[in-house]
Amino acid sequence: MKEVRILEIKQSVFADNDKQAEELRRELKDKGVFLLNLMSSPGSGKTTTLMKTIETLKDKLKIGVMEADIDSDVDARTISQSGAKVIQLHTGGMCHLDAGMTRQGLDGLETEGIELAILENVGNLVCPAEFDTGSSKNAMILSVPEGDDKPLKYPLMFSICDVVLINKIDVLPYFNFDMEKCKEYIHMRNPQAKIIPICAKTGEGIQEWADWLAEEVRKWREEE
Amino acid sequence: MHELGVVFHIMDSLEKVAAENEVEGISKVVLELGEVSTVIESYLQNCWKWAAKKRKLFAEAELIVETLPAVTYCESCEKTYPTVEYGKICPYCHSPDTWLLQGSEFNIKEIEVY
Repeated sequence: MKEVRILEIKQSVFADNDKQAEELRRELKDKGVFLLNLMSSPGSGKTTTLMKTIETLKDKLKIGVMEADIDSDVDARTISQSGAKVIQLHTGGMCHLDAGMTRQGLDGLETEGIELAILENVGNLVCPAEFDTGSSKNAMILSVPEGDDKPLKYPLMFSICDVVLINKIDVLPYFNFDMEKCKEYIHMRNPQAKIIPICAKTGEGIQEWADWLAEEVRKWREEE
Repeated sequence: MHELGVVFHIMDSLEKVAAENEVEGISKVVLELGEVSTVIESYLQNCWKWAAKKRKLFAEAELIVETLPAVTYCESCEKTYPTVEYGKICPYCHSPDTWLLQGSEFNIKEIEVY
């Protein structure tokens, strides 16, 4: 007969990851690498937005990109055309990246000299919100065709993001997307969220977004 | 899709606990799951069964999920009410000025080991 005992754990399932994320955030701070975690649904325009962002900021900041996907390297190939340093991460079927995987990705990217590291997370509005990656700031993209009600349906994602980019505003006339309602829904979940309407294809709003990001990097560097 | 990742996380954490406590095997894992967390119990159970077969420590581990009811607090009238039934709007004073008191938890409560 085996001797059975009870071990009391009493910790959140996410506690281990949260701890790893805090450690990573501290290390990145010491190294001077600002990590932006970019999240969204598949097809919202993360890669196109990144291309435009890199184009706008590349003379100001040294940028490295980690492309996380379940499979393929199409995004990394696209980003490599921008001249930014890029690596592709495969999550092995997982729907999100956690702090441990992000650390591996940063090791692979070799962050020496990089001032802004951008993690393009797996396209998904649910799981990535649960796992702190160790990022300095969280950004998400909501595209017009997805609908203005998404902040109501995926509250956690909207509540953890510092900035929400509303992309594809060039197609607003063709969709029943109420911009004011959408902003109201986002602020219901997250009163502090910065909201920037953009169109990655035409470049509209990209400058405002790039300025916001560069300013956040500057402020973060000055923090103790 | 999310549930499998979560199961791996739980198993990773518990493997650490097992190593620290000289545990040979785990016979039971008790989780506390909030009613409005993003995890669905039936999916979790299915993922658990699949993943447990692949890890020696969990081969005989039964998963018990205890549900924590979701409760919302209303700032305006200072009452609490069941979240799942009434959502964001207080059923007593119809204020939207409410927040979740409990129900988004996802904890590992305890494990039975040998």
